[in-house]
Amino acid sequence: MTAAAPTAPTSRVVVAPAGRVFRKLLRSEALLAWRSGAAVFWSAFLPVAGLVVLGSIPGTRTPQDGLGGASVLDTYLPILMMFSLTISVVTLMPPTLAIYREKGILRRLSTTPVPPSRLLGAQATIYAGLGVLVSVILLVVAVTAYDVHLPDQLVGFVVALVLVGTATTGLGVVVAALAPSARAAGALSTLLFFPLMFFAGLWIPRASMPSGLRAVSDWTPLGAGVRAIQATVDGRWPPVSSLLVLAGWTVVCSVVAARTFRWE
Amino acid sequence: MTASKPVIEIDHLSKSYGAKRAVVDVSLSVEEGEIFGILGPNGSGKTTTVECVSGLRHRDGGSIRVLGADPQTHRDAVRAQVGVQLQEAELPPKLTVREALDLYASFYPDPADWRELVDVLGLGPSLETRFGKLSGGQQQRLSIALALVGNPRIAILDELTTGLDPAARRETWDLIESVRDRGVTVVLVTHFMQEAERLCDRLAVIDAGQVVAIDTPGGLVDRLDTRQELRFRPSSAFDDALLTDLGPVDRLVRRGTEVHVSGTGDVLGAVVTALARAGIVAEGLRVQQPSLDDAFLAMVGHDTASASTPNQTQEQS
Repeated sequence: MTAAAPTAPTSRVVVAPAGRVFRKLLRSEALLAWRSGAAVFWSAFLPVAGLVVLGSIPGTRTPQDGLGGASVLDTYLPILMMFSLTISVVTLMPPTLAIYREKGILRRLSTTPVPPSRLLGAQATIYAGLGVLVSVILLVVAVTAYDVHLPDQLVGFVVALVLVGTATTGLGVVVAALAPSARAAGALSTLLFFPLMFFAGLWIPRASMPSGLRAVSDWTPLGAGVRAIQATVDGRWPPVSSLLVLAGWTVVCSVVAARTFRWE
Repeated sequence: MTASKPVIEIDHLSKSYGAKRAVVDVSLSVEEGEIFGILGPNGSGKTTTVECVSGLRHRDGGSIRVLGADPQTHRDAVRAQVGVQLQEAELPPKLTVREALDLYASFYPDPADWRELVDVLGLGPSLETRFGKLSGGQQQRLSIALALVGNPRIAILDELTTGLDPAARRETWDLIESVRDRGVTVVLVTHFMQEAERLCDRLAVIDAGQVVAIDTPGGLVDRLDTRQELRFRPSSAFDDALLTDLGPVDRLVRRGTEVHVSGTGDVLGAVVTALARAGIVAEGLRVQQPSLDDAFLAMVGHDTASASTPNQTQEQS
């Protein structure tokens, strides 16, 4: 096709360096997330404060038979990590993206040499990055202040955390893709938060769930995430089935999002 | 200017959305350095046309060349050299003017110095203001700045002054002239006659997806039947026949102390001569001539408006 248009000045087209543009977009999205305040409060402050409150209650560090021999703190650490990630990429990111579409910000971007997909990429990186960063902070606080022991299987922990990050981010982008408006995106993502966190064990820890319920939880992104991370704390490599479930959610969500995302 | 090569060439462009034919057949060319207006009623296909030119939409038929390149197959070439200000395209409300300019400048291989743009556009005092806190006029200035920050050779401005108050609108017009003075070719989409008349070197009038006329603003007015209307207060009484017997005059109406005389041809010359001969002075004499408004309505006014064209000059008052 390009050869058919000999008059076109293709040879002299230069573009801005993609790496530099992406760093600029990352910086701008990080600033905006910081200024919105919601991400900082819900995704960073609240989970860390929750850990500190939990850690300062006596008895939360003693092993419990009802939790399969783990302490309350051991049980809730991965759940708090899931909370931070989910709030960030499933609850807060989709409405922001939907507003970008609604207000023509993506459309304006498509008049420049930078495709709007870069902005989406930068935003997903910032929001998922925040959740992962807070998870690491939670781990460091728990290990240093409350004697929770570092996952023996550290590589497995990192792999599990990254996969939870990609699966939940995929879910968030699908919400942004399917929601007809920013308002709908907000409602949908809040609605999604509760079942996701329920299966992560926020209200009934997985160890206390009836076996049928736990089997369902195994198939949800956060249930699989908690299962994988718990295993690494116990010194085992995450169960392959949990990693496959996370990878599956990532792939399915990516395909659905790519097929359905509207830029305007 | 006329000798130069066109920077935009549109040849038999067509574009439909499902069953709706937004652009039926549009051909036009824009010369380097001019302010070219695209004028038409709402839904006439103006925006779709410029969206195809800027590579935002894929056309169904015809061809487009922007600086020699096809915007569909050479998107990068076109986007790097064409700055676009879209209707109702906002920015994140918490992004400041400085951050927006700095970010958008980084998108282009050879950006303009945005500090200089800020001076020209009078955005200096608002640099640290967030987009959401800017007034409508300031948001439009920032939009123009973002359309120019890539150092484009062509700027496409769509409905730039819609929603601005008259003072902000006039300031924006001055800005557009200063953009052209920088050597940038400007394509201005508008439905404001006054704006087109004041700014554009040439205009394409589009209606129902087709080009109705391409001409200078003056040329479009000249295409109308030049119907004149005079209004004056006579210094003394006179008989209607003194004026209605004149060749060019076909209508005389008295409104209180004022006399309204209209007709085609040299109404002014004939009436003033006849009055002078009768020793009557025409006080407070005003002449009304067709404007671009009338020319526009005559061209795109469809059935109802075209039937009422002869009366347009009177409705203006």
